[in-house]
Amino acid sequence: MEVHRHLDEELDELRATVLRLGGEAEAALVRAMQALTERDTATAREVLEHDDEIDQLEVEVDRQCVDIFALRQPAARDLRFVMSVAKMAPVLERIADHACNIARAAVDLNIEPELKDHDQLRRMGKIASSMLSGALDAFTKKDAAAAREVIQRDAEINDLYNEIFHDLIEMMVNEPATATRDARLLFVAKHLERIGDYVTDICELTVYMAEAAVIKHQH
Amino acid sequence: MSTPTPTLTPFAITSRGTLPARATKVSVAGLNFYYGRAQALNNISVDIPKQMVMAFVGPSGCGKTTFLRTLNRMNDVIPGTRVEGNVSIDEEDIYAPGADVVELRRKVGMVFQKSNPFPKTIFDNVAYGLKINRLTSGKTELEGRVEEALKDAALWSEVKDRLKSSALGLSGGQQQQLCIARALAIRPEVILMDEPASALDPIATSKIEELIVDLKKHYTIVIVTHNMQQAARVSDLTAFFLLGKLIEVNSTEKMFIAPDEKLTEDYITGRFG
Repeated sequence: MEVHRHLDEELDELRATVLRLGGEAEAALVRAMQALTERDTATAREVLEHDDEIDQLEVEVDRQCVDIFALRQPAARDLRFVMSVAKMAPVLERIADHACNIARAAVDLNIEPELKDHDQLRRMGKIASSMLSGALDAFTKKDAAAAREVIQRDAEINDLYNEIFHDLIEMMVNEPATATRDARLLFVAKHLERIGDYVTDICELTVYMAEAAVIKHQH
Repeated sequence: MSTPTPTLTPFAITSRGTLPARATKVSVAGLNFYYGRAQALNNISVDIPKQMVMAFVGPSGCGKTTFLRTLNRMNDVIPGTRVEGNVSIDEEDIYAPGADVVELRRKVGMVFQKSNPFPKTIFDNVAYGLKINRLTSGKTELEGRVEEALKDAALWSEVKDRLKSSALGLSGGQQQQLCIARALAIRPEVILMDEPASALDPIATSKIEELIVDLKKHYTIVIVTHNMQQAARVSDLTAFFLLGKLIEVNSTEKMFIAPDEKLTEDYITGRFG
């Protein structure tokens, strides 16, 4: 059983690496939103500086997945786990990229007068980060039901995005002088909306991993 | 006498859809097998469809080779063995009193783990079954059948200029191909393969595996293998044996991605025991 003990160790190591990547992506999102809503440019810059480490974690997950595929030929639940992780890593890295984009918007917005309260964006950011955290929990526990619940929350983000979109367009029309800043906030809203979609992808992978059920493109 | 309606073998739904339904070639129902008082097979029921490859996997001693050998009554030659239950090929009970065992073994060819060519020429190895069964009417037909079998075994181009050379001069992989040609020469309908590539290097193994996939166009193939990846590569259906019991039969894709039984999953993922 020595060989299989090693496989278990490698799978544990892979799980730890991808969860680290997930944790870093989640932290990047929370801190980018903090930088935006609290006008904290230093935090925004930290998020941007930290992105290289997140990219490296994605590369590390790739390497571990390729090693396991090549050397262990995983099957059944192991195959579904490694496959899901291999597809999850670039999604998490992309979430971190969106967080960086939000941090960049924060840096630009923070040197201009504050436009208005970011309450809706704050709410959107909280939902996105809580969805991400829920998705990572569901993945850790191999809990398909929890993953499905997280997917349902994407509708909240989409609704908020539509509200924010209309509000900001209205502001651009009514106060053209704020249009540049409105546009930046619109992009922030779009980044959060995309993060919701990516979290949905992660949950779909968790359902596949746990139940071998393919649910993508079905909701 | 009216022809009985063939049973259709249902297949598991896979992520790529359903495997085509094929008529059952070999049907096994409630099969028990004993070596003296020791029961080696316990209530095995499985349908093997026509023109597909079914792989039997499981740990050593689980009964998969014993099972394979019940399909052409090869176990009959072992003293003290006993069979219960039913094994039918084309709906004919092969253990029925008066069943023609010679005809059965013509219909159900076998390839063994270790290639076992006779110490004769390449030609004579392939022609052997045809000659002793008097299946050809003359030299021309005999030569034609030998050529056909060697071509089906993907060996013809390599040996056509040295048919009179000793078969023992062939490489290990070629010897196994020759044994497959020898089995094919008598035009069987079912081919049983017991670890056919376990003694071969990766290139020869790959050739045998390609051959198995090609042969299923015309034959029903049952293969026993320890090599899980080989089962995954060549078979349409996989059956998992454990301690003389058939634990699960499923499409190979389902078996390797999401088997129904926990015991199967534990075995396939190497966490058995």
